[in-house]
Amino acid sequence: MTNTALRRWSWIHKWTSLVCTAFMLLLCLTGLPLIFSHEINHWLHSDLQPQAVPAGTPDASMDQVLAAAQARHPALVPQFMSREADEPGMWFVNLARTATDREQTHTIVIDARTAAVLGEPRFDEGFMGLMLNLHIDLFAGLPGTLFLGLMGLLLVLAIASGVVLYAPFMRKLDFGSVRRDRSPRVRWLDLHNLLGIVTLVWAGVVGLTGVINTLGEPVIKLWQLDQMAQMLAPYANKPVAAQRASLQASVHAAQAAEPSMRLGFVAFPGTDFSSKHHYAVFMQGQQPLTARLFKPVLVDASTASVTDSRELPWYVTALLISQPLHFGDYGGLPMKVIWALLDLATIAVLGSGLYLWIARRQPSSMAEEEAGGEGAAA
Amino acid sequence: MRGGKRVWGIWRVPAALGVLTASGLVTALVADGAADVWSWLALATPLVVAIGCMRRRV
Repeated sequence: MTNTALRRWSWIHKWTSLVCTAFMLLLCLTGLPLIFSHEINHWLHSDLQPQAVPAGTPDASMDQVLAAAQARHPALVPQFMSREADEPGMWFVNLARTATDREQTHTIVIDARTAAVLGEPRFDEGFMGLMLNLHIDLFAGLPGTLFLGLMGLLLVLAIASGVVLYAPFMRKLDFGSVRRDRSPRVRWLDLHNLLGIVTLVWAGVVGLTGVINTLGEPVIKLWQLDQMAQMLAPYANKPVAAQRASLQASVHAAQAAEPSMRLGFVAFPGTDFSSKHHYAVFMQGQQPLTARLFKPVLVDASTASVTDSRELPWYVTALLISQPLHFGDYGGLPMKVIWALLDLATIAVLGSGLYLWIARRQPSSMAEEEAGGEGAAA
Repeated sequence: MRGGKRVWGIWRVPAALGVLTASGLVTALVADGAADVWSWLALATPLVVAIGCMRRRV
């Protein structure tokens, strides 16, 4: 590499890193507890348990479950309804003032057998809510999310330029050399290079999928304007039915249309994931990969009959595949622990990079560097 | 040829760890059971290598 090229890449690495480092440190720190959010929420809300019922007790109808949730908040309308694969005994019903309000939603937990209200946990409050808000949008909504996406893009650039710089730095060194007998700056440079290069693929994938996740809202909007609009074309100019058909019958109809899939979640009429005329029943596959993907089945909310169902377009599929690759929630608890350790290693890369930049600005260490001949600086 | 050898020397271990990491990220996504165990080993190896290098006396 010529000296000019080296200087250019160093400049790119320095500035892309400097601009995003503070935000990346925040994302790494808030992301740490979020890796375990499923476990932490289970522990925080351990009082939420299905009621004891005799074995073989059938499920209550979904209409009963919905009615129980709405009885608790008669002024609110339903948005979504789902139950987790590992806890089929409880339904989660989301209610809000309007079908599209995302700011103030209530989650009502209902017993799947007895249709009794089990509780109303606030997942958006407390420590985990704070971590989530800081991690997703800095309390600034979509602009905050897109800003963090931009910072993520800078991180990806910083990683790429770091890879380019790795070779000239390692020309005279064996892989993994940590020169402990030299100045702290050299030691930290070696650690920065070592930890940076071994976590390269992981950090690149988590960074890139994080950037894709920040585009979630625009991607869903695009899907509405594209595929959803096509599926709803026959309903243009139709009046909205005053009376909704049975939710349970609608889900049965969707299940019959996709017998090899299972229910993921229901989006009630009027939400961003359905239409004013439809329940959107999102079915998911049963294999590890297909369980991450959804197939929306549109059910006419006045007749409970299936009107359309299509595979999600590639850009929504890309978004859905990006989620597990960013969260690290697809390989059990051991994977989450490794994810956390890799996150800590990334914090060390960010911290050492920052240290190298600060230390470089001290005249004394500049002089030492001149004398020591440590090669180009990051 | 000497240049090629140098490149190989620098990138041998990072490339192997990168391929290993990528395989670990993908296997757990497409399958369960043994695929999960493979992903744990594959994703933990770079960390183990880094700790090994840090403890090594040079």
